[in-house]
Amino acid sequence: MKREMTGAGIVVQALKDQGVDVVFGYPGGAALPIYDEIFQQNDVRHILVRHEQGAIHAAEGYARSTGKIGVVLVTSGPGVTNTVTGLTDALLDSIPIVVLSAQVPTFLIGSDAFQEADTVGITRPCTKHNWLVKDTEKLASTLHEAFHVARSGRPGPVLVDIPKDVQFATGTYASAKPSASRYQPTVKGDMQEITELVAAMEKAKRPVFYTGGGVINSGPAASQLLRELVDATGFPVTSTLMGLGAYPASGKNWLGMLGMHGLYEANMAMHGCDLMINVGARFDDRITGLISAFSPKSTKAHIDIDPSSINKVIKADIPIVGDVGHVLEDILKVWKARGRKTNKEALGKWQSQISQWRKVECLAFTQGDKAIRPQHALARLQELTKDHDRYITTEVGQHQMWAAQHLGFEAPNRLMTSGGLGTMGYGFPSSIGVQMAHPDALVINVAGEASWLMNMQELGTVSQYNLPVKQFILNNERLGMVRQWQELLHGSRYSHSWSESLPDFVKLAEAFGIKGIICSDPADLDDALLEMINHDGPVVFDCLIEKHENCLPMIPSGKPHNQMMLNEDETAGAIQGAGGALV
Amino acid sequence: MSALKIKKGATKHSAYNLRPTFSEVEERHTLAILVENEPGVLARVIGLFSGRGYNIESLTVAEVDHTGHLSRITIVTTGTPQVIEQIKAQLGRIVPVYEVHDLTVEGPSVERELAIMKVVGTGEKRVEALRLADIFRANVVDSTLESFVFEITGVPEKIGAFADLMRPLGLTEIARTGVAALLRGD
Ligand SMILES: Cc1ncc(C[n+]2csc(CCOP(=O)(O)OP(=O)(O)O)c2C)c(N)n1
Ligand SMILES: [Mg+2]
Repeated sequence: MKREMTGAGIVVQALKDQGVDVVFGYPGGAALPIYDEIFQQNDVRHILVRHEQGAIHAAEGYARSTGKIGVVLVTSGPGVTNTVTGLTDALLDSIPIVVLSAQVPTFLIGSDAFQEADTVGITRPCTKHNWLVKDTEKLASTLHEAFHVARSGRPGPVLVDIPKDVQFATGTYASAKPSASRYQPTVKGDMQEITELVAAMEKAKRPVFYTGGGVINSGPAASQLLRELVDATGFPVTSTLMGLGAYPASGKNWLGMLGMHGLYEANMAMHGCDLMINVGARFDDRITGLISAFSPKSTKAHIDIDPSSINKVIKADIPIVGDVGHVLEDILKVWKARGRKTNKEALGKWQSQISQWRKVECLAFTQGDKAIRPQHALARLQELTKDHDRYITTEVGQHQMWAAQHLGFEAPNRLMTSGGLGTMGYGFPSSIGVQMAHPDALVINVAGEASWLMNMQELGTVSQYNLPVKQFILNNERLGMVRQWQELLHGSRYSHSWSESLPDFVKLAEAFGIKGIICSDPADLDDALLEMINHDGPVVFDCLIEKHENCLPMIPSGKPHNQMMLNEDETAGAIQGAGGALV
Repeated sequence: MSALKIKKGATKHSAYNLRPTFSEVEERHTLAILVENEPGVLARVIGLFSGRGYNIESLTVAEVDHTGHLSRITIVTTGTPQVIEQIKAQLGRIVPVYEVHDLTVEGPSVERELAIMKVVGTGEKRVEALRLADIFRANVVDSTLESFVFEITGVPEKIGAFADLMRPLGLTEIARTGVAALLRGD
């Protein structure tokens, strides 16, 4: 299709052609022509947030819970600078996002015009790619290329900066031709390496699958293939925070999450394995602990679509560049063709070793009758919501790690959390994006009170669109994770880690016409949770919890996987020397 | 692009790439990067080096194919083998980067740099400067009664050696282009 229209018209037409049904945004002077076009159509729905950071995190939640691209529309200057945190967040977590930012007219660029900012300059290091479109004739092809780049290869955020005169001027619209793009990342893995990996799998005595966000980004088929491969081989499987749900938490080979706050059995298996199969994870420092002592006896295979992930941190013995889905399919094919062999006897011993580790019960806790313990709050939330069509978002801090430990994820795209950047304020707007994509689902943001306050203005958005998101705030009146580190590292000198002057969360919710619930007694918890779950509308739940709980188990920074702290009495002086300099 | 006759990058199977990836020894590599000649592409490449803390010893850039909108960036960098591998992989991630070649690995290659130097002096020093210039095959491109501007091409070491000799003879200014490099043969 080829047609003449204004730049603003081209923007909206491109969105329709790309299958975009919702855009999160906030208007301003330079973006008005596009907003005028939005006003005159009904195919693309615009959700008005209360802060541009909210828009981009909402788009991230939308993208992560659907596998589709999240779209953001903002004005020039402060509008787009407010998206920088979200762009960086999406870059680190490989989330496909398209930000459309308005810019001052081309003839004013460089003159320090009102609300002018060097948008492509500011966002260059925090996007996968960005464009400034100076000619309406190039707008349609640039927009289509932006969607192509955001979703292809390792997904990521992109930005298209569109000056106001380019929005007003007339140009030609043509539909997308993805094959026309020069950007075509490799998706098929090298068969020689894949065969080498299968040969290693056949012999392995102590294998482990270490999976990550790449499995989820590759699409639902990849998670399906992972399940098939894990169950057919009987190899144990662990996952990073980003990959939770790719293999079901109820699956019999599931070890639980690994890493700094991962499960004992998962970390011990990583440390003791002889074959590590990294599927779409990136050896992040939260995972590896002390690099020089990381899984010392294993052969390491690494499957990643991004060649720069391979050998970045940990040397791969069997590097496989390709899309997880394609590579898993080939592994399965080769493994089956060679007779479905595994080293059954050794594997049996390995599994019984793992059952020994499981017996440590590293997540065990006892709930007394006084303050609600956060683990208990989450265990009850899990119990009462596990049969629902449930999506979880989180903020950042202790509550995030407890959520990862105590909630079970059975399917991919069900946990939306800021992993790489650790962005406080991510969870609330993200839950809005998830709910927009899944209007009938139960969407819960597991929050800390401090993180939640960082984007609480989005109560306005929730109220306006009557989005039934549940804000489950684990309120310890502390910047809990910071407080924990100060206890471990800085002699319990709690410098500025108190949440002072907290609002009355119930009244705060009510001020926006939203239901508020407060609960502090373990005996009332189930009823209060059910009230939240069953309420047909948004809820802010202030759950007052034990204030000085530490998040355990923990691999102290600078320590290897087999030196986890399991109990409170191991925490004294746990981090010393060089470990103190790490984050 | 094929018109430029540049070999594909070395892989892990390449006979040249037998260095231990995680060695601590710093190496000097010359990289040739073919990029789409679009606004900001140089900023992306330089931003990658500064953002990730990589070294740039020299950098040259110019359009090499007008109809194909291609520019060639030549970067001389130093780092451990792991860092060099990372630099190449990270460059490969930049959307408008089409090819990354490590001429040091894919070699042998020819490297040339051009420099122009102003040497001010009279009498014996002036004569000596001219004599040395002749030995180094430097050309005089501007002259007054009290100064010369020399033009010299060669590998960076040769230019450095010439500049060292000119310094006591009245070198006042120097401009260097940085290295341009191509693989030898076809
Ligand atoms: C935007 C931002 N600022 C600062 C931090 C550092 N930080 C990490 S966790 C944390 C405390 C979070 O407190 P809260 O949300 O109440 O969660 P809790 O740890 O108490 O569960 C802070 C300040 C961060 N991750 N993000
Ligand atoms: Mg808190």
